[in-house]
Amino acid sequence: MGNSIEIFISSMTNNNIALIYILGMCPLIAISTSIKNAKGMGLAVIFVVTITAIINYPIYHLLKTTGTTQISLLVFIITIAATVQFLEMFLEKYLPKLYNTFGIYLPLITVNCVVLAVSLFFVNREYSFIETVSFSVGSSVGWLIAIVLLAAIREKMAKKSDVPRGLAGKGITFIILGILSLAFIGFTGLASI
Amino acid sequence: MRLIKLKYTKWYNIMKQGLSESNPIAIAVLGICSALAVTNRVENAIAMGLGVTFVIIASSATISLMRNFIPSKVRMVTYMVVISTYVIAVQMFLEAFYSDIATALGAYVGLIITNCIVMGRAEAYAVKNPVHYSIIDGLANGLGYTYVLVVVAIIREMLAFGTILNYQVLPDTWENWVVMAMAPGGFFILGMFIWLIRELTKNYEVVN
Repeated sequence: MGNSIEIFISSMTNNNIALIYILGMCPLIAISTSIKNAKGMGLAVIFVVTITAIINYPIYHLLKTTGTTQISLLVFIITIAATVQFLEMFLEKYLPKLYNTFGIYLPLITVNCVVLAVSLFFVNREYSFIETVSFSVGSSVGWLIAIVLLAAIREKMAKKSDVPRGLAGKGITFIILGILSLAFIGFTGLASI
Repeated sequence: MRLIKLKYTKWYNIMKQGLSESNPIAIAVLGICSALAVTNRVENAIAMGLGVTFVIIASSATISLMRNFIPSKVRMVTYMVVISTYVIAVQMFLEAFYSDIATALGAYVGLIITNCIVMGRAEAYAVKNPVHYSIIDGLANGLGYTYVLVVVAIIREMLAFGTILNYQVLPDTWENWVVMAMAPGGFFILGMFIWLIRELTKNYEVVN
């Protein structure tokens, strides 16, 4: 149990999936123009990452007993696509309020590398089921923290700063991400994964 | 004379689009995850670039061959299945012949599946165009991706370890910039690289 708490904290801070492992960059850069959208996307990611990790864990162990782990990539990606599709339909029908908050971000999540990466990392690191759950929740919360921080900085910068023309837009976003990433390296040694 | 004619052929224009005008990393900013994560060593960058190039060419060709049979409702899932099949091939090839690089790249080989460039070329080009042009388009985008990766990797490896492809290039007195081997170095170098490319091509981004 203690180990899974450590994994949870570590995957949010010194092993942050966005700023240290550099994953999920496309949506991180595309959607971080306003805090509201960033929050919606972050919540959708938490939801999908946790559910797919819980589904993929038993499937991987089934593949392991039958000795067909080579195709795990193919199986994972199909699970993710199916889960996202199912969640979208389910939320639209039964929880329209929740659907309005982050429904529009769901289709974008299939190509978010965080979802697949969490499934691949628990395989590489040989986590138990509880560790997998805490790792998936921790990483996706870490991703939410990163995107909201970035969006807040970009919102302020859009009003006040005078960025060189060639650097405006994507270029300056990378510089901000670099500085944020340096800050998160400061957490090194807080907890180990 | 032949060179002038060459400039107006379709494949020349496709190559030019992929390599400079709409370069997948520098201009369209797609597929950044792998571009930053594997560029701390030049050999990793070359392996990743070639792997992605192979996957783009093969999946573009396959999808282009099947473009008249894929129902448009399930096309995304079809792309996913085609792409992941080729990614598994790349993964098994690396593990069998270059196990050091496979260990260094780790999970990032599997993550080629979610590399937006592959998906993007399938959706934007291969599904509408004949096979031979799709293959050239895949090659152009793959090479455009690879050369940015290699340039970023050369700068990072030189500053972080004083070496290029493990050959010492900077004097022994060089103080290694450890931060360049980690995530922030990648962000800074790629940001600067995008700035340089946009400044050189005068292709500025419109910010509203």
